[in-house]
Amino acid sequence: MATLQLRVLTQERTVVSKEVEYVKLPGKDGSFGIMSGHAPLMAPLEMGIVEFGPREGKKRKVALGGGFVEMRDNQLTVLARTAELDEEIDVLRAREAKERAERRLAESRDEIDYHRARLALQRALLRLKVAEPER
Amino acid sequence: MAKSSREIKRRIASITSTQQITRAMEMVAAAKLRRAQQMVPSTRPYFESLHTSLGILLEAAQQRDVEVPWLSSAGDSHCLIVFTSDRGLAGGYNAAVIRRAEAFLEEHPTAQVVVVGRKARDHLSRKGVTFLAEFVNLGDSPSPRQAWDIAQVVMDFYLHGLFDRISVLYSKFINTVTHEVTLRTVMPIEAGDELVQRGRESGFAADYIYEPSLDVVLESVIPLYFQAAVYESLIEAKASELGARMVAMRNATDNAGELIRELNLSYHRARQAQITKEIAEIVGGADALES
Repeated sequence: MATLQLRVLTQERTVVSKEVEYVKLPGKDGSFGIMSGHAPLMAPLEMGIVEFGPREGKKRKVALGGGFVEMRDNQLTVLARTAELDEEIDVLRAREAKERAERRLAESRDEIDYHRARLALQRALLRLKVAEPER
Repeated sequence: MAKSSREIKRRIASITSTQQITRAMEMVAAAKLRRAQQMVPSTRPYFESLHTSLGILLEAAQQRDVEVPWLSSAGDSHCLIVFTSDRGLAGGYNAAVIRRAEAFLEEHPTAQVVVVGRKARDHLSRKGVTFLAEFVNLGDSPSPRQAWDIAQVVMDFYLHGLFDRISVLYSKFINTVTHEVTLRTVMPIEAGDELVQRGRESGFAADYIYEPSLDVVLESVIPLYFQAAVYESLIEAKASELGARMVAMRNATDNAGELIRELNLSYHRARQAQITKEIAEIVGGADALES
């Protein structure tokens, strides 16, 4: 199976650098998949899950806090605001963050607090979804 | 100069403890600087990829006659982001940046100001400057998150048309002892910029699929670019600060050492003088008894 070179970069580090067959990305209008030999592409990415791996079989996941993707010369580069690989996520901490966000959401009075809490909750839920194996 | 030996001894003790503090601060700054410098190579792939992409996008926009509002500036109202440290004891580091900021504000009295770091805030507010926003207590390891906080606030005002140009003012880290106060226009992106150049030279601009459209892709990359510029300023400013503090503290340690040496000398001199005096008195006393 033909592969492409995937790189997921944040400003602090390279999160993924790997030859893979298939990548699924959270685009503005829903997720889309990319395989080797795709035409040059640029697109913004939403907060969501990046999936990559062999076309059939077990895939790895990255929790993505939004960003930008570029495909060129069979190289797929994801520039991420934040990115965490599934195995790096601390489930306990993510759960705590989720509970904290829910509490704040219930208590918040003004709009900014509410907005912040909602974003925090989104982040926590995303991380939990990435970290916990599917049942 | 004729101090008692006890007084001198007390001063030596006091300076020695000051020296211990300055030496510790030098070592702390050195360790933090080393860590900050280790961070720099790991940020490079992101920046390079982002800048090349932006160059290609800008070239594509030019080819397709897409209006890019961030490339041209109609007006001449400024926003200045000043990066200083929260703490002093870093020699002339903050003073140099603040001086440059004051010169800028004299030239552009209507400019909006955003301050990062307590030093610029305290100093400029004493001069009656008001701020659009202030960011203090950022700690010693700048994070992309902090850069996002700053970038988002400034970008919001920019998109609402509060100003047409955004500049950053910070100290660029050359090496431990050399830093260069740098004023750089971040927005609008200058048309002759090396970014566009790189994109143009790549010759790829026409080949890309822009999903969902060139406009939307550009719109999503500009904040990334701006945030990256803020992050870079934060890192450079922090490295310069730590370097400046290291040098300042080393000088202080050296000066203290010099002072201690001199005081030691006068201590021994004073002690010797006293012994001589006592002997003279004893001898004088013995003489008086004998005669």
